[in-house]
Amino acid sequence: MINRPEPILMKGNEALAEGAIRAGCRFFAGYPITPQNEIPEYMARRMPEVGGVFVQAESEVAAINMVYGAAGAGVRAMTSSSSPGISLKQEGISYLAGAELPAVIANVVRGGPGLGGIQPAQSDYYQATRGGGHGDYRTPVLAPASVQEMYDFAGLAFDIADRYRNPVLILADGALGQMMEPVLLDATPREVLNVPKPWATTGMKDRAQNLINSIYLDPDELEQHNLNIQKKYRRIEQQEVRYEIILGDDADFFLVAYGTTARVCKDVALKARAKGMRVGLIRPITLWPFPSQVFDDLLEGKGNRQLKGSPKPFGFLTVEMSFGQMVDDVRLSVNGRAPVYFYGRTGGIVPSPREVLAEVEKIYAGGAGKPEKAGN
Amino acid sequence: MTLDPASRVRLSLVPFTCLEGGKPMSDATMAAIERVETVEAFNRKGSLDQASASLMEVVFSRPASMTDTPFHYCPGCTHGIAHRLIAEALDELGVRERAIGLASVGCSVFSYRYFKCDFQQAAHGRAPAVATGIKRCLPDSVVFTYQGDGDLASIGMAEIVHAAARGENITVVFINNAIYGMTGGQMAPTTLVNQKTTTSPNGRDPKAYGYPIRMSELLSTVEGASYIARVALINPAEVRKAKKALLKAFQTQLDGKGFSMVEMLSSCPTNWGVSAKEAMDWIKERMIPVYPLGEFKVRDDEGVIS
Repeated sequence: MINRPEPILMKGNEALAEGAIRAGCRFFAGYPITPQNEIPEYMARRMPEVGGVFVQAESEVAAINMVYGAAGAGVRAMTSSSSPGISLKQEGISYLAGAELPAVIANVVRGGPGLGGIQPAQSDYYQATRGGGHGDYRTPVLAPASVQEMYDFAGLAFDIADRYRNPVLILADGALGQMMEPVLLDATPREVLNVPKPWATTGMKDRAQNLINSIYLDPDELEQHNLNIQKKYRRIEQQEVRYEIILGDDADFFLVAYGTTARVCKDVALKARAKGMRVGLIRPITLWPFPSQVFDDLLEGKGNRQLKGSPKPFGFLTVEMSFGQMVDDVRLSVNGRAPVYFYGRTGGIVPSPREVLAEVEKIYAGGAGKPEKAGN
Repeated sequence: MTLDPASRVRLSLVPFTCLEGGKPMSDATMAAIERVETVEAFNRKGSLDQASASLMEVVFSRPASMTDTPFHYCPGCTHGIAHRLIAEALDELGVRERAIGLASVGCSVFSYRYFKCDFQQAAHGRAPAVATGIKRCLPDSVVFTYQGDGDLASIGMAEIVHAAARGENITVVFINNAIYGMTGGQMAPTTLVNQKTTTSPNGRDPKAYGYPIRMSELLSTVEGASYIARVALINPAEVRKAKKALLKAFQTQLDGKGFSMVEMLSSCPTNWGVSAKEAMDWIKERMIPVYPLGEFKVRDDEGVIS
């Protein structure tokens, strides 16, 4: 593809794939599942052009394990899928975390549980942010909200993965994967973060054996290994929190939403302001680590680079395409200092600005009922 | 001149490893070994006669591809022989420095301890998929998996069949001992009809438990497979054949011909509840009739399959 200084129109899934390739991804293994099929299709076309490898795996299980092998060989490797397929990959993601291998996994989320549907959802938040597979591990999770961010976050995900030797998730949804928007591709070849990988299994030559492994039968050794990766997670929590605050300067009430729902909520905040309600929006970009600090900043009146002297908000409304998952992190962050309301739609339904605005109006009118039970 | 105390261990291993350069040891050498009961006794003699001197040079040296870590395997288990054969093959083909092994889940989960080459440990059954990722990214490397029957023929059935179907240019060493060893003797996909295991306590009744799977026969029907052989690690003659098959399998990979696998009928005296000697007999009398030995598929240089 030609580098262009002007934006071009791309599908979210394609932008993600192109972003990965420009970030130096040279191995992709995947399996067909809607609504992410454009990613493996794009990779099948594009990888041979850049000397990379595309493999259509026999299953999502095999795909993530191929990524494990390629990542262990020191190559930037990626797989993508949608919710049911991501469940199948959890074994491999746990092994990647245990063996401390950098890799990128994109989940273009669809509605569940089970086979569910193929329309957008945000019902995999728990799975993405709590490790997902067995064992005590975490994966950084990036939540794009536009086709441009699908492109940008692919590269960011690889950089974070390499920096910490850890798998990184991109949590999109069916709407972001399928919709087309203008994307500004890098005008010049992207500068790829070049983290040396002396641990990679590339053939032993004259050095000592390199081993990619996650088995430690001695409890002391395993505990030490776990302490080491926990230290790494604390470092990630310190250094990798990302969020965006929209219309926050004078807001006395905040919507909290990520991905597609954040776009809806931005519209809601503008509409609410037209009706005299000073509504702002907190959009977490990293779902783990969760931007808890921003809630402290708001509630304790501390300074924040994205907030200039906002009043202490009287409440928060979390909006999700689920029956309430991220709202748990909002509640943990707010920790009882203000009411936390929830509104959600599921099954592939994207909440409309009109219905969310109605919730906001109810809250402003004091008629939203008990915050913990609010919702659809 | 005195022998290193470690030589006692080496001498005791001679009956299993009486091969050097593919040639059997002479009767005279064998007799010389039997005369020497311990290193202490050997050293008391004060000097080495010619036969013993040549014995030290010829009979046994650890392959350069092996570490000196003592095996964790049970007495009478043939994992040690299989490991040594792989190490010898890596040495003889001169590929140790670019070899990458895949340890799987089972007794051989720690196999990486015994090889002087890079290793990755794979999830249960997934070694062929992991190997695919490595080999596709590093086509000049020599990639081999080492998998047991539970790993390869049960939980990893999809991965092995599709790696073969894609003609992945990797070498698979398949240890078939008709049982789950590490977890304590449960029924494997390769467990024989009527064989007693902890999960088929009255014997494997086909009506309830189905039949053993013949992986070499199955994979030889897959177009992408180029070399498939079954061997048995039961006596020096068969061990020699196993070595030859292994060299052919690795050569298949070096020639870029695609998927190769050597199935090794192996012992598990601990979980079979028999002695080491009885285990060898059990392979010969019970396993080989169900799992016949030989080459099932060989693709020659012209791509012709025999």
